[in-house]
Amino acid sequence: MEAGLTTDMLQFLFMGIQRGAIYAMVAMGFNMIYNATGIINFAQGEFVVLGGLMMVSMTMALNLSLVFAFLLSVVFVTVVGILMERLTINPVRRPTVLRLIIITIAVSILLKGAAMCFWGKGSHYMRHFTDAPPLEIMGAYILPQTLWIIGMLALVVIGYVAFFNYTMTGKCMRACAINRDAARLAGINDRRMVMLSFALSAAIGAIAGIIITPIIQMDYARGALLGLKGFGAAVMGGLGNSMGAVVAGLLLGIIEAGSGGYISSHYMDAIALVIMLGVLFVRPGGLFGSSEMVRLKEF
Amino acid sequence: MVVRDIIGFCILIALVLVMPHAVGNDYYIGVLIFAAFNCLACIGLSLLMGYAGQISLGHGAFIAIGAYASGLLTTKLGWSPWTAMAAGAFAAMGIAFIVGIPTLRLKGHYLAMATLGFASIIHIVAVAATNLTGGPAGVLNIPRLSLFGYRLDSDIRFYYFAWAAVVIGLYLAFNLIHSRVGRGLRAIHGSEDAAGAAGINTAAYKVQVFVVSAAYASVSGSLYAYYVNYIDPGPFDVMHSVLLVTMVAVGGLHHIWGAVVGALLLSLLPEMLSFTAGYLQVIGIQYRPDYDILVYGGILLVIMLFLPEGLFAGMIAGGKSVWNLVKRVIRGKQVVRE
Repeated sequence: MEAGLTTDMLQFLFMGIQRGAIYAMVAMGFNMIYNATGIINFAQGEFVVLGGLMMVSMTMALNLSLVFAFLLSVVFVTVVGILMERLTINPVRRPTVLRLIIITIAVSILLKGAAMCFWGKGSHYMRHFTDAPPLEIMGAYILPQTLWIIGMLALVVIGYVAFFNYTMTGKCMRACAINRDAARLAGINDRRMVMLSFALSAAIGAIAGIIITPIIQMDYARGALLGLKGFGAAVMGGLGNSMGAVVAGLLLGIIEAGSGGYISSHYMDAIALVIMLGVLFVRPGGLFGSSEMVRLKEF
Repeated sequence: MVVRDIIGFCILIALVLVMPHAVGNDYYIGVLIFAAFNCLACIGLSLLMGYAGQISLGHGAFIAIGAYASGLLTTKLGWSPWTAMAAGAFAAMGIAFIVGIPTLRLKGHYLAMATLGFASIIHIVAVAATNLTGGPAGVLNIPRLSLFGYRLDSDIRFYYFAWAAVVIGLYLAFNLIHSRVGRGLRAIHGSEDAAGAAGINTAAYKVQVFVVSAAYASVSGSLYAYYVNYIDPGPFDVMHSVLLVTMVAVGGLHHIWGAVVGALLLSLLPEMLSFTAGYLQVIGIQYRPDYDILVYGGILLVIMLFLPEGLFAGMIAGGKSVWNLVKRVIRGKQVVRE
């Protein structure tokens, strides 16, 4: 009985980490654009879907090798992100928040529609990255794909920290996030940084979509819910704080998997959203945010 | 009411009376009835977005509440459709009140995401609570409405009834706008801090208009249930909430007529597209109904980028410049005569 309980909990933990890693990466994507522009990109979930579907076509239809397909898919979605910024965000001068929200919603409708026209309405199967059988740990099973997801999240986080702390471009982006006018005075091309933030955010979204597709079987309509939960993670971690987002994303995934197992699998999706609303109502600065930061931001 | 609005009402009523004779086909009458439902929901949403300046990506949830209240109370408890509709509206208003108090403290992006999350939760509950809502199978055999002993059992009768509801809803909305509350809302839209400083209870006003707009959405959902006689969670997904915002934005955020124009245009868009598809085929382009969503997104994007005030404002401006041109031409002739 006791052993069964720990096994169950371990199983939910693995499932939670697998989901949570995706939410964490979507949240990082939200944060990147938010830091550079103050915009919440409602098309963030669509980047994930596009990455996953592109990967399906590359590996299953074109039979490309995993690494090559992976790179091509990420590049493709990155280009979509850059185009989005150049064509719809960059030309707008002195926009209102409402207008920006609706513009990113319009882009998400377009991307979703394009995905539906191109890949159809069904869900798409994709091989797992490795063919190995699930590993058994204390009676619970973990898929090799979950290990890929954890590894990929670790790589993305390391890459993120390295980029923003040790490269000139990363430091410039941070400067823009802190004070855009001051950064411009220091000779930083802030508009290019905005474009870069869309590119990086799209790339992270694509990676998330690629690694989760073998498990959830991607279809064109998944973007909205993935985006919403990713936003939930971003808010929990404190909007703009990407390391907070990683912790919050994993936490959200684990809570979700646990509640799916112990409460009801039908309401599992709703629980993550209820948590998101709860955080928004009670601590809009995030679980780790200080109250001082909250006052500086516009909620 | 302003003269311009009275003219607008006359045009709308004339259109409503003429349209059935112009289309003369039950299928298109049905399309126009759905347009009326969207119009009603959009009028409420426009009060919230255009006048109070607060976005809601969650109004599909209130439509669902109205539709499910009507469907369940009439089929399971045998209530009369009218009482069920009123109960649905009160339920939606109550929920809007409870949800609105914490939600409307948020602004901009946060408000949009919070309302989107709320709509998503309601949709998930509608699918998952099979004991109550019937789950994906939905609610069957919802009765039809009767009005003064007339059963609204033909499309044309329901058409007149639905559009009469739109006209009444529009009239009430204009009353609200031209009241003390309406002026307060516009002040909030201008600057919330300034409105607060001028003695307007901004939090209370925002919640009030949220509640009113939820009532509009709920009534629209009830009418939908009585017209289709069958509901399932499908039409009340998050995308529907997004489409409502799209309609208001395309028509124009700053005027209630914009909501009417936007709802009409985008509700009729699929029909217009399938109409043009025939011509496109002649020049060798295969148009599929799947592409509708691309046209939809494209229209929204183009309007937001190039005509952020919306189509209605664009139409007014266009009309004015044409009028000026006409005046200049007429005056030009006078000059020649002199």
